[in-house]
Amino acid sequence: MPVNTKAIGKTYEPVVYAVGREKIKEYTRAVGETNPVHLDVGAARDAGYADVVAPPMFAVVYSAPSVGPPIFDPEIELNFAMMVHGGQEFVWGPLVVAGDEITTTASVKDISEQDGRGYYVFESISTNQRGEQVCRGTWTNIVRGV
Amino acid sequence: MAELHAGEQIPEVRVTPDKFLTVRYAGASGDFNPIHIDEEFARAVGLPGRILHGLWTMAQVARAQTEAAGGPEHLKRLSVQFRGMGVPEQEVIVSGTVRELAGGRALIDTVAEQDGKQIIRNAEAELEF
Repeated sequence: MPVNTKAIGKTYEPVVYAVGREKIKEYTRAVGETNPVHLDVGAARDAGYADVVAPPMFAVVYSAPSVGPPIFDPEIELNFAMMVHGGQEFVWGPLVVAGDEITTTASVKDISEQDGRGYYVFESISTNQRGEQVCRGTWTNIVRGV
Repeated sequence: MAELHAGEQIPEVRVTPDKFLTVRYAGASGDFNPIHIDEEFARAVGLPGRILHGLWTMAQVARAQTEAAGGPEHLKRLSVQFRGMGVPEQEVIVSGTVRELAGGRALIDTVAEQDGKQIIRNAEAELEF
């Protein structure tokens, strides 16, 4: 059965995430980062940042919620039970620090089929409160047996 | 930071996720998919047991880059492919090789392995200095 490609280009409602200092520290510990700019506000300020700095992969925390609506969009007909996360790319701009407010908009970048697998590629664009693009995420989900 | 040279390896990151790491990462990241936190559920869907979050493993790949580069501000791009699955309580090893180094920019080919199998492969990082 061919995959349904009519949603390519569709954009979803933005998701706003307020970045908290303790959340950055919790994430930092969970991934084993030890750089003090992620854990100690004094060290972050000494390094020239306004507050503790989010590790780059903290992008998952503020941008992943934007990708839920496309994954479960009935128009896309993605079979979630058969889905695996096949690939991920992040492209980063200015670092995110505690106190930032990040707005993320997701869209459907591509839907295709190859060898009985469906490839669902979503893009997330995250900007901070100054309108600077802090991250662009490309989320590739593979569905077996389409 | 490490001194980077084209054709040479970046310092390895070796980390053994403890038994409850996936629970802490679920809370920290917001990804509560039960295949990562519920042993019975994971077995019921045909997995060997709870598996690591791919994005946690990707964070280890990112950490190898930022530690080699000397800080988070240097990592501009990271793309990875997830393959197979990682499990708790077994060492994860991230390695990488500097493919290109020119004009204040480095490209690193990098992978994450566990038990001799690549769980992240074909990964590429771009660093800026």
